[in-house]
Amino acid sequence: MRHGRWRFLAGAIVPALVLHVVFVLSPYAQAFYLSLTDWTGVAGQAHFVGTDNYARLGGDSLFLDAVRNNALMLLLVPLVTIALGLFLASILHLGGRGGRRGIAGSGAYQIIYFFPQLLSLVVVGVLWSFVYNPNTGLLNGALRGIGLGGLAKSWLASPSFALPAVMVVLIWSSVGFYVVLFSAAIDGIPQELFEAAHLDGASGWATFRNVTFPLVRDSVQVAFVYLGIAALDGFAVVQVMTVGPGGPDGATEVIGLSLYRNAFQYGKFGYASAMGVALFFATLTLAVMALRGSRKAVVA
Amino acid sequence: MSPSRRSLLLSAAALPFLSACVTSGGDDDDPAAGNTGTKSADNPLGVKADAPLEVVIFKGGYGDDYARQAEALYTRKYTGAKIDHKGLQKIGEALQPRFVANTPPDVVDNTGASRLDIATLVSAQQVSDLTALLDAPSYDDPAVKVRDTLLPGVVEDGTFSNVPRTLNFTYTVWGLWYSRKLFADKGWAYPTTWDDMLSLCATIKAAGIAPWTYQGKYPEYINDPLLSMAAKTGGLDLVAAVDNLEPQAWKAPGLTSAAEAFAELAAKGYIMGGSEALSHTEAQAAWCQGKAAFIPCGSWLESEQKGVTPDGFDMVMGAVPSRTASDRLEQPAVQAASSESFLVPAKAKNPAGGMEYLRVLFSKRSATAFAQSAGTLPAVAGATDGLTLSSGLGSVRDAVKAAGSETFTYRFRTWYAPLAKAVDDATGELVNKRSTAAQWSDRIQKAADALAKDSSVQKYTR
Repeated sequence: MRHGRWRFLAGAIVPALVLHVVFVLSPYAQAFYLSLTDWTGVAGQAHFVGTDNYARLGGDSLFLDAVRNNALMLLLVPLVTIALGLFLASILHLGGRGGRRGIAGSGAYQIIYFFPQLLSLVVVGVLWSFVYNPNTGLLNGALRGIGLGGLAKSWLASPSFALPAVMVVLIWSSVGFYVVLFSAAIDGIPQELFEAAHLDGASGWATFRNVTFPLVRDSVQVAFVYLGIAALDGFAVVQVMTVGPGGPDGATEVIGLSLYRNAFQYGKFGYASAMGVALFFATLTLAVMALRGSRKAVVA
Repeated sequence: MSPSRRSLLLSAAALPFLSACVTSGGDDDDPAAGNTGTKSADNPLGVKADAPLEVVIFKGGYGDDYARQAEALYTRKYTGAKIDHKGLQKIGEALQPRFVANTPPDVVDNTGASRLDIATLVSAQQVSDLTALLDAPSYDDPAVKVRDTLLPGVVEDGTFSNVPRTLNFTYTVWGLWYSRKLFADKGWAYPTTWDDMLSLCATIKAAGIAPWTYQGKYPEYINDPLLSMAAKTGGLDLVAAVDNLEPQAWKAPGLTSAAEAFAELAAKGYIMGGSEALSHTEAQAAWCQGKAAFIPCGSWLESEQKGVTPDGFDMVMGAVPSRTASDRLEQPAVQAASSESFLVPAKAKNPAGGMEYLRVLFSKRSATAFAQSAGTLPAVAGATDGLTLSSGLGSVRDAVKAAGSETFTYRFRTWYAPLAKAVDDATGELVNKRSTAAQWSDRIQKAADALAKDSSVQKYTR
């Protein structure tokens, strides 16, 4: 009997495990190996070049631009998205009378916030490039309409506004998901706690700070990991929207774009793989740090 | 989620096996053996009549009907040949694994946004030498070799280290486009010198129209007139110095003065506001709506704008004005290059058939049919003779005639893609008044020097 169970378990697990190794783990391992070669992507041969590709990364000014931009995105995108998400989710649940119920029509709002999540990022990018169009775009049109025509800009073509413009799109497209996530977390908080806070005369902010936030902290931590990974990417939106793409003059370059260009346009798959491996370690470090952080927070 | 020690060890152990995936193509079997026939006057490339032929065509703006027509001509001659035709948009995605596995098709139209980098393919020895094809008698006239039926520059465009590797089917000419109707209505004449251009721009601006616009999202478009102007001032020596990555090449007076000209155009406000953020479709649409008078573009513009151009717009292309009175090339000289590059993979099963297919495709008959359906000049000389052409295509043909032997093209764009990006970025900054002409040549020179020093990049010279 016991013997049969093992056979059954092996039969159930092994095929999935093999598929996972072949299609998930092996590409990773191959990328590690390729990053040490000069593979062009079009030939059967690759020469081992050691750590040459990694040494080159440090002298590649476009790649350094990409690292700088991704770092900035890593700093701002998760922070702003989570702040907005928490704010909107709290309003939906506690913004109504007495701070114990959601504002009128909160269900409908949740659906509206979630809407951008239904669109592919590429579609989002195309739509927003219309919004940012300097001559016929919605944004400059609105500014001119309210008499602020002086603030109208070529959003995606000025070095100082292009990256913020892209970050706004990333935040816009992900905030709805986190509103829903945080809403679910807030729903899980026992109503009595809010009632108690209300009876104690706590203000909305005090309730949020002392009741809501500590009890949704786990969700926030998870959101940080996800958004951090998204901020280290940013490829689709940058590729679709920006001048160049990645411009003007590297102002919106991201690691994913550098990687894509080196692999598929310049035929430097080995070098691109080195970028991919570097990105992999950056993402891994981020995830480990965020999860360690959460463990400590719980203990404290 | 995070890998355990054991899984890491396992994947480390798997490394040697996995690396074999990429580097497995070491066998030297000649896949073409058994697919060659005997050469004869009628069959100069030695095609085996019943050998199957696989043709992969980029199915973009020109469609792939022209390729099918050539295939019909091919099968008429080799009745036993079964042709496997594939019309694709993503050439690179489809063919990259097949090149790696050494099972490529017999002839490829390597074009479109996802084409494979030709310099990489050549340096990886994946492309056949086309000398035999170029020296073969042409399809129409056995007394004329294929190479002598082509427009100037076409053979050079496909030549890498003195070996012809690709044969380009379309002939693209770059210049400045305007509406003949608009200019006639306003009494403006197309300027042939830069001084005339600046004074005309002042007139155009006074008339409430932006003198220039450009496809700002892709700064390479405004590079073309800049580099054309430099080539006219400095002559073909300047072009060769740039392509050969010579030290200080980008600081040649021709280049810096052309850069100053475009900096001046921007400084005087002659470029339509917001152009820098427009995509090619947006900028070209604005030009077709009469919001701007000039736009730089290649000869594909007319067919690209087909659905948007108002009736009677009568677009024409003019050669870039001369910068100085002592320019080394005449003002009608144009930047012209062939594109839509066809190649026969080195590991093709039927390379003789692949080359024979190109011989058929480059016949006058199929080239003329292509010119009529696609509205673009083919690389075959005289293919448009006697045809009634549209306004734009007619002006392109006239420009080629007027230029005569004075056509030029920069090769660094195909040889060194990263340098092309560096130039595009620099020019984008220049025409947006964020850098001066001197800074422009400094930063490009730096990029070119770095490339020249990089031993991992194969170098070409002309």
